Amino acid sequence: MLEVFKIWFHQGKQYIPDVTTVEVPGIFRGRPIITTQPIDEKQLVELCPTGAIGASPVSIDLGRCTFCGECAIQFPEKISFTKDFKLATNQRSRLIVKEGDMNPITVNPELIRKEIYRLFRGSLKLRQVSAGGDNSCEWELNAVSNVNFDMGRFGIEFVASPRHADGLVITGPITENMAEPLRIAYEATPEPKIIIVAGVDAISGGIFEGSPALNRSFLDKYPIALYIPGNPVHPLSFINGVLSLIRTKTK
Amino acid sequence: MNYLSIKNNQRVALESIPTLAYEVFYHEVVTHLMTGEDAHCVNYFGIPSGKEVKLICCIANDALGTIQVVATLADPEKMIPSLSSKIMAFHAFEREIHENFGIQYVDHPWLKPIRYPFDRATKQCQISNYPFYKIESEELHEVGVGPIHAGVIEPGHFRFICNGEQILHLEIQLGYQHRGLEHLFVEKKGLLQRATLAENIAGDTVVGHTSTFANVWESLCGFTASEKLQFDRALALEHERIAIHTGDLSAICTDVAYQLGSSVFGRLRTPVINYFQQWCGNRLAKSLIRPGKTNFPSTPQLAEKWFEVFHAYEPHFTEMALQMFDLPSVLSRIEKTGVVSRETALDIGAVGMAARASGLKRDVRSSHPTGYYEKTSYQPIMGQVGDVHARSKIRFDEINTSIAFIKNMLNQMPQPDGEIKPLDSPAPGSFVLSMTEGWRGEICHCAITGSKGELLLYKIKDPSFHNWLALALAVRNNEISDFPICNKSFNLSYCGHDL
Repeated sequence: MLEVFKIWFHQGKQYIPDVTTVEVPGIFRGRPIITTQPIDEKQLVELCPTGAIGASPVSIDLGRCTFCGECAIQFPEKISFTKDFKLATNQRSRLIVKEGDMNPITVNPELIRKEIYRLFRGSLKLRQVSAGGDNSCEWELNAVSNVNFDMGRFGIEFVASPRHADGLVITGPITENMAEPLRIAYEATPEPKIIIVAGVDAISGGIFEGSPALNRSFLDKYPIALYIPGNPVHPLSFINGVLSLIRTKTK
Repeated sequence: MNYLSIKNNQRVALESIPTLAYEVFYHEVVTHLMTGEDAHCVNYFGIPSGKEVKLICCIANDALGTIQVVATLADPEKMIPSLSSKIMAFHAFEREIHENFGIQYVDHPWLKPIRYPFDRATKQCQISNYPFYKIESEELHEVGVGPIHAGVIEPGHFRFICNGEQILHLEIQLGYQHRGLEHLFVEKKGLLQRATLAENIAGDTVVGHTSTFANVWESLCGFTASEKLQFDRALALEHERIAIHTGDLSAICTDVAYQLGSSVFGRLRTPVINYFQQWCGNRLAKSLIRPGKTNFPSTPQLAEKWFEVFHAYEPHFTEMALQMFDLPSVLSRIEKTGVVSRETALDIGAVGMAARASGLKRDVRSSHPTGYYEKTSYQPIMGQVGDVHARSKIRFDEINTSIAFIKNMLNQMPQPDGEIKPLDSPAPGSFVLSMTEGWRGEICHCAITGSKGELLLYKIKDPSFHNWLALALAVRNNEISDFPICNKSFNLSYCGHDL
């Protein structure tokens, strides 16, 4: 028994006191900044493995970006990634960061459904569905509940059944073989419900975009409450993203 | 000679692989190549060749350190005898060949769909209509679980046939994760696109799969990775092993309701994966490994940082692990649970950590070493009993071994590379097979190029491809409530299997 107390004592404090302001250790490729400096745009566009970079004006679509950082390495004078992990928004077009755009990425309060703040701000139960996810986003979504990130402190938790859930979190590019189980899980979730798409694969298909093995029609049929970019999505991006959705007061 | 003998990572001309008549091929494989415990099939796949299908079979011999490659032509119109009826370890490979090309086997014991690829020849098979094994009895009942599971994990369906609480039979149906990866490898032409695909084969084995891809590609292009590149890849591979094994110990504790172990191992994993973040900007090491180069070479500063991380990690890890493996309430759940005997592991062709936990020595680092491992004489960690305890204990031992391995490495870091020569184009008409010992076990990628050096086929095999059957057999005669810990003790990949 003494051993157990010793181990307990040795842990010290492991939780991150404030997940909204903490700094990520080391290198982190978060929200990019694109300067207005002229470069060979064709070369830059061709460099990107997922076609996330657009030209004139140069832009990066964070819904398609794998955050590999190759563009910032080849064109350091043009593109840099900041350590800002707040990448989530409820407006798909806001994920496209254009030349000269230095603003943080935020949710648009006007697009948040009214009942979200009223019902979910103190308690949100989510059912995660991996639909072709490569187990990296799933991994990070498990990490959000560990003792370091401890998302449970905000009343946000993953639950086992869609019947107990207030919404779905989708990871992966949505394979044809998972299209039907995903639809069933969504229909099993009681109203009102939200859909969160987490990670580049879920938002756009990522490197799998256009694969004949996918069936992404689900996303066209139902409203998406939140997009959280990442490859995989970082636990801090996820927690802050969900908090911004449920704690933004709407009129 | 009736076969071609190659080394891991060696490029050979596709034409040099002998193509035998199916009867001769069959005889060669069964009576000559698959003899003795050191021989096991690492890959067996088809590639269209006119109206026929060329089947290429790659059998590793761990004692010789070579891989024997032999080919044959099969006609989808004709029925042929199956290798699986003689050697069970071929069952998944032949099921895949049947599913992809419609090759028909006379005597395959279990010719069922494997992953329902979008371009399958067996279009009549639907994922919603898998032919599960059934036992007619009033005493028995079936339990279906999945494809969506209770936790935050990947999808797959498990169908149990139970007698009360006891599992008689488990059948695992996969394919939900199929993304068309092998097709995309050929379709997408950019090297960075392909490296990104390799990173997404299994997101928990980024270093394992991406370094295998890098090795294949470099071998095709006739590029020899510098000492520093090889060093960095081995460093990342062992670090990945430590990270995932630590997380797995946490997950095993969770499933036996041991909260302290679950929390402590869980939080101990955080600085380990954050080290990847500090190294390359991604907690799972995505963007770290690239063919012919790396954007994030290791540095003496990073080495210092590593020692700092593990100076803090080691005492807490050891203390927690010793407590876990000494606690009766944990031991009673994991000892003699989910046993895979050495004989079974050998029969089904189990690989990696799970095979070693059953006393079967399968470790590419010692049997077919490439790169940095060629300079070491790595001794595999072995278990004996093949139960959940053995698969947990081997993780503890491998974490310690990998820590010692890295410490030893970091004391002799090679000089940084100067300007690295860019990669040439891949050689035409070539075949390369590359194996890496990822944390789960043997990863095997094969590539074939056409007459202009273009990629014709990229074939991926995750160790899970062999080991899913080990899980299905491990749970027999166990209580159904022990299924989760059995599953966690293997921690197999769904997406690595489904591709």
